[in-house]
Amino acid sequence: MSATPAVKTFVIDGVDASARPEQTILAAAREHNIFIPTLCHLDGLSDVGACRLCLVEVKGARRLLPACTTRVEEGMEVTCNSPRIAAYRQMTLQLLFAERNHVCSVCVANRHCELQALATSLGMTHVEIPYRFPSLTVDASHERFTLDHNRCILCTRCIRVCSEIEGAHTWDLMGRGIQSRVITDLDQPWGESDTCTSCGKCVQVCPTGALFQKNRTGGQGCKDPSFLPYLRTMREEP
Amino acid sequence: MMATLTRPQLPSTDKRWMIVQGTMRKHGYSRNALIETLHTVQQSFGFLDKDAIRFVAASLQIPPSQAYGVATFYHLFQLRPPGRHTCQICLGTACYINGAERLMGHAEKQLGIQAGETTPDGEVSLLAVRCVGSCSFAPVSIFDEQIHSYSKVEALDAQLKAWTQP
Repeated sequence: MSATPAVKTFVIDGVDASARPEQTILAAAREHNIFIPTLCHLDGLSDVGACRLCLVEVKGARRLLPACTTRVEEGMEVTCNSPRIAAYRQMTLQLLFAERNHVCSVCVANRHCELQALATSLGMTHVEIPYRFPSLTVDASHERFTLDHNRCILCTRCIRVCSEIEGAHTWDLMGRGIQSRVITDLDQPWGESDTCTSCGKCVQVCPTGALFQKNRTGGQGCKDPSFLPYLRTMREEP
Repeated sequence: MMATLTRPQLPSTDKRWMIVQGTMRKHGYSRNALIETLHTVQQSFGFLDKDAIRFVAASLQIPPSQAYGVATFYHLFQLRPPGRHTCQICLGTACYINGAERLMGHAEKQLGIQAGETTPDGEVSLLAVRCVGSCSFAPVSIFDEQIHSYSKVEALDAQLKAWTQP
């Protein structure tokens, strides 16, 4: 029996690299300044692998694996940038855009949107997949915030921040597949929620214009999730 | 020191709530008992209404949104009262390739509702089920408790007419 080594060595994009045990491919790649696009990942929250943008090739694995939830193994060979992955990223992005009604020019989060920023940085020029144009609602019942299902990409950041940081667990996901929606409490109007503390963390972590502060119009919905790592640290046991 | 939450009172004096409570007690009010308890609610009341989900969630100390998410994730849970009659059509693989989609399309057109819904008069619920385990008799449909093998559109039509016409 050999003891588990304290450091794991692996190859990422042809470069020899090291990772601590329990470290994910994404965390290790970031430490080595290798870019992997993400959308549902947010420092300070748990990872769920919902957006599929961080898919990477691992030698020996039959399918692409999400970098945010896959731990580094000794001797792993990871490819983060290849034509195949680039094509998949483009498709995933296009699917995200086509699934609901993402119209940047009139969106409150225009120029403050992570989905938009990723589309720009990954060079997405147009969406080949036909838009579904689903008929979705807007919930403006809350005193200070608005939920617009049309812009939601189901990254579940709001659910995780509400459950893990605020501890209220007002948000969750209902339904399955294409019917999935984020809900507050028993799918009731946000303003009538008993558990919501109106802290606004969900609004700050939302990557798109799905959650925004009231009295903001096109392009004014800037976000600031920088409080997260601070809160996470302060709430850990001393 | 952990704050202790008190368990909620039964929503009404209806005896069926005692059965629901019994299931939760049997599992020691563990959070894992959520699905089991929702099954008991559905068996006792026929469907899950919001009061029931709220009661179960509060009893098991589960956030209401999470309990609602579980209840809506599984097709077996119904959130609306069932109709007097239920027409279940299997859309499992074997039934599907033997024309279950045509049966479902016909039933939806005939009743004027989508799968998973109940007619406005509360007479018939139409349900899509996934594999009832009788693939050799595909396509299978279930009218109330009666299983029909090798279902034909004509037989389905006759049954729906018998239910919907006085």
